Amino acid sequence: MCGIVGLLVKKPVLRERLGEMMVPMLIGMTERGPDSSGMAVFTEPVTGKRRKLSLYCADASFDWKHAEGVLSERCDDVSLAVGANHAVLTTTSEPVALRAWLRTEFPDMRVLSVGRSIDLYKDVGLPVEVAERYHFATLRGTHLVGHTRMATESAVTPENAHPYTAGEDWCLVHNGSLANPGSIQRKLEKLGVHFESDCDTECACRYIHWRLDEGDTLEQALEKAFEDFDGFFTFLMGTHDKLALVRDPFACKPAVVAETDDYVAIASEFRSLAHLPDVRHARVFEPKPVQVYSWSV
Amino acid sequence: MVRVVRTGQSAPAQFDLSKQSVSELNKFVHGHLEGVTEVRVENPDGAHSIAVAVDAPLRIEIGGNVGYFCAGLNKQATVMIDGNAGPGVAENMMSGRVEVAGFASGGAGASAHGGLLVIHGDAGLRCGISLKGADIVVGGDVGSFSAFMAQAGRIVICGNAAEGLGDSLYEAVVYVRGGIRSLGADAEVQPMGAEDTAAVTALLAAAGIGHPAREFKRVGSARKLYHWNVDANQEY
Repeated sequence: MCGIVGLLVKKPVLRERLGEMMVPMLIGMTERGPDSSGMAVFTEPVTGKRRKLSLYCADASFDWKHAEGVLSERCDDVSLAVGANHAVLTTTSEPVALRAWLRTEFPDMRVLSVGRSIDLYKDVGLPVEVAERYHFATLRGTHLVGHTRMATESAVTPENAHPYTAGEDWCLVHNGSLANPGSIQRKLEKLGVHFESDCDTECACRYIHWRLDEGDTLEQALEKAFEDFDGFFTFLMGTHDKLALVRDPFACKPAVVAETDDYVAIASEFRSLAHLPDVRHARVFEPKPVQVYSWSV
Repeated sequence: MVRVVRTGQSAPAQFDLSKQSVSELNKFVHGHLEGVTEVRVENPDGAHSIAVAVDAPLRIEIGGNVGYFCAGLNKQATVMIDGNAGPGVAENMMSGRVEVAGFASGGAGASAHGGLLVIHGDAGLRCGISLKGADIVVGGDVGSFSAFMAQAGRIVICGNAAEGLGDSLYEAVVYVRGGIRSLGADAEVQPMGAEDTAAVTALLAAAGIGHPAREFKRVGSARKLYHWNVDANQEY
């Protein structure tokens, strides 16, 4: 079992309140996922060659000041915003080579996301603890994708928490389980795709991203996923300007959507939506299986 | 501590789930009701297991959306949900009536033995799975695999049915007004007899939904799965 939550605000004024509106949604899914949680937030994009990298280090005593010095020598136009054991690095250096370098230079550091818009936080602990640790209530942006995890097929570690990312400005969270992640992983590894955890969700995230990279639309990519994925899933996905939701044909894993003129909110269960402003007058519906639902900023 | 406002024999007992727990509510409806015949529940906000296992002739009105298993195992009570219902509403109901004003999620009325479940909106997947004698009326559509292995009882679907309707059906009967995307193994469309017309008319009247019975078709078991057929080569 897991909990998924997503929120996209339609009015610019609500971007300031995105995190504040989301925190009760995430905490509402604690019973579905008490062991880890995470949040991807899509913000105003950085410009030009700039990219943002969300960095994580499990060791609370990690010396970010020292890291900033090393990064400034190696990278161009660096800024580093540190919070707890997490930091957002902004730089104009080329991100693929930078990631490879970071793996050697800081082996304990994880790159959680790369992109112009995305910031990503994920860690073990109750949703309320993770939300406080990373100040989720203060997050601002256009949309976000969150998750609470109850591990079923792989260990409870920060790496195995959701959301997963691949490439730039792309993330996915999952409620369900895949029966054939090994064969998907082997197929993608032969194509040069690098994996960082042993969680089935990473396969789904990297598979769909691979199809998008090959030029598929999201609908085409998911059609191929339906052919290749064996298992149960409700996926919520985020891109720089979009949230997308899909459920497998058996739709064992729940989802409910509430939409008003102000926002689109998605959760595994209504109890995560009950606190939202004017939800009594929202259009509330249950997404149908196999159908791809998407909402743009 | 149970905080119940009771101003007189006829006034409903009030529960506000933003302040009281579902356990408090359920302990109350399972306990000595001392003349209470109506219970009003506010702010359900998607909580699970509201009014489960009630065995009393109560009328329970719920003002909002409920989560998993609302009114499961219901016996005698009338449970009115003025909102949408999560998975497993009225699961294993024995008698009484459960009514959902909005939509119901998956597994509505699963394995229910008796009573009437009315869903005015759509029902999700597996509506009436393994039904054992209850009646279900759905004002809208039903999702895939509805009436799977349903053994007894009747399901009236005023809208459309998705894939695999009535797969491995036993003696439950399904009436569909709209289209059927596909029938499951051993389910077939059968002629509507006078008894079927009377049954649909009575069930729609009980549900307060107005469609002429002649617009419905009957889906029942072809009974080909009842006996082992060595020639079928596992293909049905």
